[in-house]
Amino acid sequence: MTGQSPMTLLNRDGVFVADPFVRDAAETDAGLLVPLADVGAALAGNARPLGVEVANTADPEALVVHFERLALISIVFPAFSDGRGFSLARRLRRLGFKGALRATGPLIADQFAYALDCGFDEIDLPEDSAARQPAPIWATARAAMTLGYQRNSAAKGSILDQRKAARTGASHV
Amino acid sequence: MYRYDEFDERFVRERVAQFADQVNRRLAGALTDDEFKPLRLKNGLYLQLHAYMLRIAVPYGTLNSAQLRQLALIGEKFDKGYGHFTTRQNLQFNWPKLRDVPEILGLLADVQMHAIQTSGNCIRNVTADHFSGVAADEIEDPRPVAELIRQWSSLHPEFSYLPRKFKIAVTGAREDRAVVMAHDIGLRIVRQGETGEVGYQIIVGGGLGRTPMIGKIVREFLPKPDLLAYLDALMRVYNAEGRRDNKYKARVKILVHEIGIEPFRARVEAEFAALDRSAINADPAEQARIAAYFAPPAYAKLPAVSQAFEAAKAANPAFAEWATVNLFPHKQPGYAALTISLKGIGETPGDMTSEQMRAVADLAERYSFDELRVTHAQNLVLPHVRQSDLFTIWQALGASGLATANAGLITDIIACPGLDYCALATARSIPIAQAISLRFADIGRQRDIGPLGIKISGCINACGHHHVGHIGILGLEKRGEESYQITLGGDPTENAAIGDILGPGLTADEVPDAVERLVGVYLDQRQAGEPFISAVRRLGVAPFKAAFLQSAPARAAQ
Repeated sequence: MTGQSPMTLLNRDGVFVADPFVRDAAETDAGLLVPLADVGAALAGNARPLGVEVANTADPEALVVHFERLALISIVFPAFSDGRGFSLARRLRRLGFKGALRATGPLIADQFAYALDCGFDEIDLPEDSAARQPAPIWATARAAMTLGYQRNSAAKGSILDQRKAARTGASHV
Repeated sequence: MYRYDEFDERFVRERVAQFADQVNRRLAGALTDDEFKPLRLKNGLYLQLHAYMLRIAVPYGTLNSAQLRQLALIGEKFDKGYGHFTTRQNLQFNWPKLRDVPEILGLLADVQMHAIQTSGNCIRNVTADHFSGVAADEIEDPRPVAELIRQWSSLHPEFSYLPRKFKIAVTGAREDRAVVMAHDIGLRIVRQGETGEVGYQIIVGGGLGRTPMIGKIVREFLPKPDLLAYLDALMRVYNAEGRRDNKYKARVKILVHEIGIEPFRARVEAEFAALDRSAINADPAEQARIAAYFAPPAYAKLPAVSQAFEAAKAANPAFAEWATVNLFPHKQPGYAALTISLKGIGETPGDMTSEQMRAVADLAERYSFDELRVTHAQNLVLPHVRQSDLFTIWQALGASGLATANAGLITDIIACPGLDYCALATARSIPIAQAISLRFADIGRQRDIGPLGIKISGCINACGHHHVGHIGILGLEKRGEESYQITLGGDPTENAAIGDILGPGLTADEVPDAVERLVGVYLDQRQAGEPFISAVRRLGVAPFKAAFLQSAPARAAQ
């Protein structure tokens, strides 16, 4: 194939970028993304950056042993309305995963900020959904709400913490 | 009551603009209809049988006069001059146009209101005891914690795409007027025996709908500061493990039922133990900030009994009757809480015209510290009224057609909108309520029958709470005809119970006769001072069932 497929990977800044991971074990100059079942073999077999793709029902505790070697965990969203991936992301971050977290599936722009808040770094969209929702839509949707009430939201200011800062006379966090 | 600060204000304004952007993206094709649907639902916008319906949040049922006047204005300008109060203490407009919705949301924001999460698979508007701050049996006013949960659950990044809707109710009293046993989470403010510490008892997995269940206690005592962390843990367990293969089995009650309350509790506790609570909980100063808004109003020191009130009752039997039926005792001497019945005889339960809203707003402003409550029974309450003002208020209510004396009686019927409006309904609810109301119109007879709750749903989703009606009526569709299933012995209180089905379905015309027969059994067999529900419990279903089956002999034989 000569034509390059359109970019579908949205980074945390709302820019579509080339995917640094491929699923093809033969292509050795990129990171390798494998299903959870193959992670043991992939770890043994090469020194490339390694990513693992997991279902949103995966047991986060079972991944902890691989954290050190994994550069990427990709959580599959079977539908945008299936919010299990958000909770799995939260649990993986709590367990100490420091690599990249990717949401793979047909998310909508209104979920961009939610995904970032839950610990995701990037979203890999199906081609049709990326085509319908160009980058500016994601940027606008992400900026729509500049504040949230929850204190454990990574990406935007917490109203509760800002109130606290105002009470104690400190500058806004 | 709560007042928005600069952050709340900004949040609601941004939310209005966000929805306008979502509508534009739908119109431009960036969002498919399937993608847009949950977004509009999370803003309270339904597509009904004849038009869009907009459901506006009345958090824990508390309103002020400016808010009610704004609802009156919206009803006039964008609807047909009325609104409908719901069993979740919300208000619905049945006829808005899609293009007007952003403007309506802007008008709501002007009075610190919104339509956030009044629908969709998210945490819905939090409901509370409508006599909060009034009832003598209250440990603490539950509205500060309801407000904290409202804020925490608004646009929650993790819990906005749950398996199904999630309803939370809160009470601070011993008597349960908030139906906490029939919610996804029921939260009861309790005082711990040994220490006297105030905290929360957490009930999970209650619900009505097609699989009615009474909630189970998942945490006997949760210290106040840990509330948000505990809710975070419980919601995560539900979000991760609640069923998503079948929408009718997706509520948390099914998860609790299928895995059992002990394993469910263990999972929540494990999650709770693993959390960094300090990163989630609201600090005590924030809880105190919210609570301060709900401090008792500046009551006057009054004698416990008002002579003017007693004299007015003696001189005017109709007023005395209304006062006996529609007043609720206030913990402050000389005051009362009064129920404004939205159940005029033969009227649509819960409907209120814009004109009536303005009249009631004036009364609230003048006589009730500018405060109003919406009840889950689809009535309004003036919570803090001087006894000496009651006669004047009653006269004003009468002039607006709002002085019906039936709070808690057989014509104070809860009914969902049913097939007259709702796209999900299988039968009409409103005409059934109207027919029963007309049948039992006589106030002397109503008072003789005493407290009796009839609740009507127009489909299995049970918005009319029929499962917990003393007499419940469920409208179904059988072979193209409306068919009404009657249940007996449901109870929405701390003695929560699901009613028993009495027999085959009835036609609409047969329902008032059937109710009449059930009431007849009670009147024949009751003991002195025994209310309907107590008699049902003592006698069991059998005598009622026998009378019920007589009411439709031809059908029973089929």
